[in-house]
Amino acid sequence: MTSTDGYRREDDGAHPPHLSEAYASTALRSPKQPLVRLPHTLTEIHGPAGGGAQLFGPAMADLTRQHGGEPLGQRIIVAGRVRDEDGRPVPGAMIEIWQANAAGRYIHARDQWNAPIDPNFTGMGRVITDEAGRYSFTSIRPGAYPWGNHPNAWRPAHIHLSLLGPAFATRLVTQMYFEGDPLIALDPIAQAVPADARERLVARFDLSLTEPSHALGYAFDIVLRGRDATPMEP
Amino acid sequence: MGRARLGQTPWQTVGPFFHYALPQPGGADLVELSEAGARIDLTPADHFLLTPPPRFRPPGEIIEIVGRVVDGAGAPTPDALVEIWQPDGEGVFGELFGRCATSDDGGYAFRTVLPGRTSGPGNALQAAHIDVGVLGRGLLRRLVTRIYFEGEPGLDEDPVLGLVPDERRATLVARRTGPGRYRFDIVLQGAGETVFFDC
Ligand SMILES: [Fe+3]
Repeated sequence: MTSTDGYRREDDGAHPPHLSEAYASTALRSPKQPLVRLPHTLTEIHGPAGGGAQLFGPAMADLTRQHGGEPLGQRIIVAGRVRDEDGRPVPGAMIEIWQANAAGRYIHARDQWNAPIDPNFTGMGRVITDEAGRYSFTSIRPGAYPWGNHPNAWRPAHIHLSLLGPAFATRLVTQMYFEGDPLIALDPIAQAVPADARERLVARFDLSLTEPSHALGYAFDIVLRGRDATPMEP
Repeated sequence: MGRARLGQTPWQTVGPFFHYALPQPGGADLVELSEAGARIDLTPADHFLLTPPPRFRPPGEIIEIVGRVVDGAGAPTPDALVEIWQPDGEGVFGELFGRCATSDDGGYAFRTVLPGRTSGPGNALQAAHIDVGVLGRGLLRRLVTRIYFEGEPGLDEDPVLGLVPDERRATLVARRTGPGRYRFDIVLQGAGETVFFDC
């Protein structure tokens, strides 16, 4: 084990704290005791082969074709690259995707908002990165939705993305927002991210990704933790 | 280091609505095909598109781990997701990744095999353990912990347990409740708070 490199730590300048006063649900769900630094052993540097591609199932890259008809809303293509901090592509990584429909409603029993359900839209998909770490999926631009965190609270339009990456240590779940959305600046979940890193959550409109007469294109790159080349053992 | 590093993409919470996207039927049963781990009751049937993962009986003693996830007020968290990662009974890493969505009473349950021992820092042998990630509404980032097993060899010399203050170490050791049965509660905050790691 002494010769095994681990991964770099999560950068506190990039990630939200566990406790964030403005996001009320963190109050009782964040640890009070200090975290114990875990040396990266075999358990942390391994992960399911192919980032879980075998486990989670085949790609479902077009969320607009999962039912009998076309969902309502603005069609979008989201594409980008998954790389590590050193710029190396992360190939074969499974990205799991979920989101609300165009009206901002989730296909979920606990979503009790009265915006309409779309029978032709589930809002769940998954894609696997190619050799260059690239991914792409087609969906519907999700709507904003209200939540009970504070009076008149609205989540900005967002798509949830989950990546396992090459190792247990590189697990990442994030949310992708849309360039120009005024709700981002008012959202306690997005604002919990340190200011310098917040823009990394915002997808940019990209005409080159747009498919003529079909869908608008948005670019969203993802960066996972890189390898730590420095030996950790005394 | 010739080039500037890219900045890590920030964590965000999974929120309360992940159940139709992440926890597969059978995701909590690493031993054979079953339905364990999903919350199919939270999604209309024609919108539940998750399918069971392939399962191949891994070598090792079959065990069950059950527990509850509770918050700082002792209340159950019905919208958490527990993920586990471990080697098989011979200490070989493959596909033994599991997920379980918590039930309305905060409960979760995994069926898996007792992991084999693997080497750790300084080539010290680690006691059998499973890595755990806890996600959920109100968790802006993953919480990482480890499950060790009461009665298994090496607990006293384990190089990771040795980093944990004595009085908190017991929160990482699953209690043996019967042959092949273990109890491991996850306390997010407060009295008996589970030890979480900076992973
Ligand atoms: Fe959401």
